[in-house]
Amino acid sequence: MFPNLKNPVFTDTGELNEMSRQIRRDIINMLLISKTGHSGGPLGLADIFTALYFNKLSTFPDNPYMNERDYVFLSIGHVAPVWYATLARRGYCPIEELKTLRKVNGRLQGHPAPLKTHGLPGVEIASGALGQGLSVAAGAAIGLKLSGKPNHVYCICGDGELNEGQIWEAAMTADHHKLDNLTVIVDRNHCQIDNRTENVMKLEPLADKWKAFGFEVFEIDGHNMKEILDTIDAVKKVKGKPTAILAYTKMGRGVSYMEDNYKWHGVPPNDEQGKVALSEIASTKFGDFVDYYNDK
Amino acid sequence: MNFINRTENLFVENLDLANPELKESRRGFGDALVELGRTNPDVVVIGGDVSGSVRTDMFRDAFPERFISVGIAEQDMMGVAAGLAVVGKIPFASTYGEFATGRPFDQIRQSIAYSEMNVKICASHCGFTVGPDGATHQSLEDVAIMRVLPHMNIITPVDYNQTYRTIIECSKIDAPFYVRFYRDNSPNYTNSNAPFKFGKADTLYEGTDCTIIASGLMVWESMMAIELLAKDKISVRLINMHTIKPLDTDAIVKAAKETGCIVTCEDHQKKGGLGGAVAEALAQLYPAPVEFIGASDTFGESGKGTELYEKYGISSRHIAEAVKRAISRKKL
Repeated sequence: MFPNLKNPVFTDTGELNEMSRQIRRDIINMLLISKTGHSGGPLGLADIFTALYFNKLSTFPDNPYMNERDYVFLSIGHVAPVWYATLARRGYCPIEELKTLRKVNGRLQGHPAPLKTHGLPGVEIASGALGQGLSVAAGAAIGLKLSGKPNHVYCICGDGELNEGQIWEAAMTADHHKLDNLTVIVDRNHCQIDNRTENVMKLEPLADKWKAFGFEVFEIDGHNMKEILDTIDAVKKVKGKPTAILAYTKMGRGVSYMEDNYKWHGVPPNDEQGKVALSEIASTKFGDFVDYYNDK
Repeated sequence: MNFINRTENLFVENLDLANPELKESRRGFGDALVELGRTNPDVVVIGGDVSGSVRTDMFRDAFPERFISVGIAEQDMMGVAAGLAVVGKIPFASTYGEFATGRPFDQIRQSIAYSEMNVKICASHCGFTVGPDGATHQSLEDVAIMRVLPHMNIITPVDYNQTYRTIIECSKIDAPFYVRFYRDNSPNYTNSNAPFKFGKADTLYEGTDCTIIASGLMVWESMMAIELLAKDKISVRLINMHTIKPLDTDAIVKAAKETGCIVTCEDHQKKGGLGGAVAEALAQLYPAPVEFIGASDTFGESGKGTELYEKYGISSRHIAEAVKRAISRKKL
């Protein structure tokens, strides 16, 4: 659908928002087909993934492991559907492949798998067991600096994931090594699987925590496309220290009955709920990869 | 008949069994890293605050920009190593055996083994010989928990020379490795000019009555046992199974066929380590009596290494007894 994509693909926030809505529709359709998987987190991250892959990243769908690429590490592996939909829309795999989410012999594993094993091009490393991605991202950032390369490294973390101690080990490493080529994007949706984050394990004052660990912190509305784009520009200008974007998002963004409801962390919509979801996310000029209700 | 049939070319020249050269295997690791630092600009070393102990301080002093300190944070260490591998570096991550495997197991599993990252996990201070430090620091389970991980390769060199060569060899192979070595001085007796083949066992002694398959420091203990057994006119083959994964099953089956019984020896739990691996192979390929020398489902305690080898039943005397037991179990 998008052969030989230019980079960036869209500069207009209206077009980016249109793509982000399509990715949300793709997520719903993927989950309807797979009948298993996470809904809330992926929907909440659609705007950020769109901003990255369709505007800000140096990324090469035809040659995913080009040395010139920016690196994306998805520490919060269970939001894989938003990554897969984005990668497919960006040309990393056939869009029809989205039908294979969580299916045997497929590349769209329940949590991102490494390419060498059976993963999707564009995935750098396995994730799923939480808390590991920021260490990996820090290692990549250190390696790039050693080689004198300008690539930027992004690590996407959940807020609940910040309960893991390894995140703060990695934060110390990022600060100690002055990794200004590393940006952690925290999906601050205040929800994790059991409950609201502050009920499971208190995170606030979260911005102060990252600041105390040596990060330059940016707090943004994770659904405001212009703010996301501007902030990604801003983090690249910071020198001498790592950056953190606290992106305030809503779990289940775009679907009224899912929004801000932690119970939608790990379950897919049923057929009835899916119909409502698709009706609430306006269809786009890009077109769905499946007509789920008529194809059944 | 001669009951000692040493494969001389695998040993240093003029080896004096009673008075061998003593050298730290961890020093072999440190010296090899310095050599790699000189010859391969992609090699980087990750420090977990014990660089003096694991002998990475020499690399740190020679190549400070390629020495990456992560502090006392083994979970982060394994993730950082994986990230360095993603961007094409060859990272060596090193700390004590227990902290290199037990603490960061999940990180190794997901970010290194499953992801097939080119990370070399190098564990010093393994086995009973960290002695006085006591059970918390005596890594006796590390081989078992690395062995269950798909894609993980495991080498347990026996001395300084072999540790040095292991490090050089594994740097050339794009795959995850776990390399296990020791703190204390120990006999340095392998010939550094003989071919070292990853995945191919070395038959150090030929013999006909039984085969000892040993790893690490227990290879030397086994040599001492063979000297004892020769006095009783027992001829023993000795295999240095330096590569535990992938396992040289051909050498194991050949030994079982030709000598009829096996004794495994390791400074590690009997369960899940070399002994377990050999038993699994024989059960499937060529069932034969096996006796196991190793920790018997127990933690260690403080004491001298030699005292612990005696108390926990893994000294040369115990190996000799196990050989006799194995021979008695053969169906004649």
